[in-house]
Amino acid sequence: MKTTQHENPFYDPTLNKRHLKAKLFKLFTLSSIVFAISFLVFFLGDMVYKGLPAFQQSYIQIEVQYNEKSLASTRQAIDRKYRRVVSRAWLRDIPKRVKQQPELMNTKQLTWVLLNHQVDQYLKGHYYKVKAKNLKLIQAMQAEGKVEQQFNEIFFTHGDSKIPENSGFKSAIVGSILTLIVMMVVAFPLGVMTAVYLEEFAADNTWTRLIEVNINNLAAIPSILFGLLGLAVFITLFGMPRSSPLVGGLTLALMTLPIIIVSSRAALRSVPDSIRQAGYGLGLTKIQVVQDHVLPLAFPGIMTGSIIGLAHAMGETAPLIIIGMIAFIPDTPTSIFEAATVMPAQLFTWAGMPERAYVERTAAGIMLLISVLITLNAFAIYLRKKFEVKW
Amino acid sequence: MSQASKTKIRVRDLNLYYGDNHALHGINMDIQENKITALIGPSGCGKSTFLRCLNRMNDLINNVTITGSAVIDDKNIYDKDVDEVAVRKRIGMVFQQPNPFPKSIYENVAYAPIKHGLVKKGSAACDALVEKSLIQAGLWAEVKDKLGEPGTSLSGGQQQRLCIARTIAVQPDVILMDEPTSALDPISTEKIEALMLELKKEYTIIIVTHNMQQAGRVADMTAFFHMGDLIEYADTETIFINPVEKKTEDYITGRFG
Repeated sequence: MKTTQHENPFYDPTLNKRHLKAKLFKLFTLSSIVFAISFLVFFLGDMVYKGLPAFQQSYIQIEVQYNEKSLASTRQAIDRKYRRVVSRAWLRDIPKRVKQQPELMNTKQLTWVLLNHQVDQYLKGHYYKVKAKNLKLIQAMQAEGKVEQQFNEIFFTHGDSKIPENSGFKSAIVGSILTLIVMMVVAFPLGVMTAVYLEEFAADNTWTRLIEVNINNLAAIPSILFGLLGLAVFITLFGMPRSSPLVGGLTLALMTLPIIIVSSRAALRSVPDSIRQAGYGLGLTKIQVVQDHVLPLAFPGIMTGSIIGLAHAMGETAPLIIIGMIAFIPDTPTSIFEAATVMPAQLFTWAGMPERAYVERTAAGIMLLISVLITLNAFAIYLRKKFEVKW
Repeated sequence: MSQASKTKIRVRDLNLYYGDNHALHGINMDIQENKITALIGPSGCGKSTFLRCLNRMNDLINNVTITGSAVIDDKNIYDKDVDEVAVRKRIGMVFQQPNPFPKSIYENVAYAPIKHGLVKKGSAACDALVEKSLIQAGLWAEVKDKLGEPGTSLSGGQQQRLCIARTIAVQPDVILMDEPTSALDPISTEKIEALMLELKKEYTIIIVTHNMQQAGRVADMTAFFHMGDLIEYADTETIFINPVEKKTEDYITGRFG
């Protein structure tokens, strides 16, 4: 039955059109989120697909001779026909291995030996460059069950290397940790104290407003400029060691400070004024009120902001390139004064390498970086929940 | 009528400016000890501002200038050698919105006395002070089994009594109350009013209220403010039954305000 104006006093001739519009609008909004999610899924899926093979590395079981001759020239340790398929790096480390286990000397061992990256790529089904003769050898060994994929320990225990199968992420991870420790130690107290001063103590005058505007502007400055500043001030002026986590951390601290200040101020501002009034009404001093009542209430917000700043700094590459943290670092740094690289800079280096094996390492590195970021963010949420005061 | 009771606070020629805005015009007022003095008047008349002058809470606001004197126990609190924090220890304040700290009931009461060095943290004296203050505030029976629970878990009326207990615990002489019941229901209001009548035996109480019946019920003295002037200040009875000023009468009878 068709509704008409006479039967239905609420009859609206534009109703169908309106409903259609509403439906379309909803569809648009929905499709945009679907679009965004599919991008994310594609990106993550691609990373996992490309990166997972990097956690496995190919080994071959062959006889290795440990004697004076093979120590002098490590190529002599294995049969001539395998020399083109096993890793140079593995052979190079033979003397080191004998030093660790002297009982190996003058023996012949059936050992799992690391294959070189070209053979590894062939076994993983990627693009490879292996001579037909060697390929036949591998296929024959494979048939005997003497070629297998093992967990890639090297990736987590070695630094960078020009030999792909010998390269790892460890020095970058340690470099990142050292850099971020320096950054947090500098930026967190400075940022929080600045925010407390601006929010609780500073008089509202032209000067403080000027400072405020400039802090907000600093948060939007391209990060590479902080790298130039770090280069000019910390390295050239103060003579701090180049490429070191110390300089990297200080540079990132400069970059993160505005983020920490802005978020800490927001957290302090969200503490209701009635709490301050209550404190003053009881004859408490400003320091007591700020320390015991305002800061604990603002703490979850301050932590959240700082960890977001930390995550931001962790993914930062540009300023660190300027101060030399893009260097080739095979050895893991042990102090903040040694040359180091950081995770994103290491990824940048690997992404520019011609060997196919670096592609999967880059992807695996991204997976590690993202999982650290997710862990940090989860930690931020946990802290916020834990210290949140119920009203 | 007015017994010859001691003057606790002597305010002389008190002027207050918010920037260029002259908010209080030369207030002169003698506030008597162990009495409840009510400040009434329409919104924006300066009664809360005046109340905050008495414990120098206005010092916290930028751009405020105060001239004149407020003499408490023979000392002008606006003298250069007086610290406003010390003033607030002697003159406690209860606010319009109950504002307990987001801490336990016990800590709410004990925090300030511990900080002022009146009692030691965790001592028996501290427990005793908390108990005494909560008893005085008429809250002990309701909270004695849950002192560890957050102060914010109490009802609005209980929270306000907790705030009063917290103020008493610092052992002030004077308690300022800025519309202490305007956020509460009638039953809680009644409890607070009964509490005030009890407390005036020991403290001098000054209360700002919008509720004229409340002023009539609890106050010994009433001051009527209008546009930053103290229009009339007398016994509550006089103000309500036989005011001298026309403006007071108009306000009391509800012709404006």
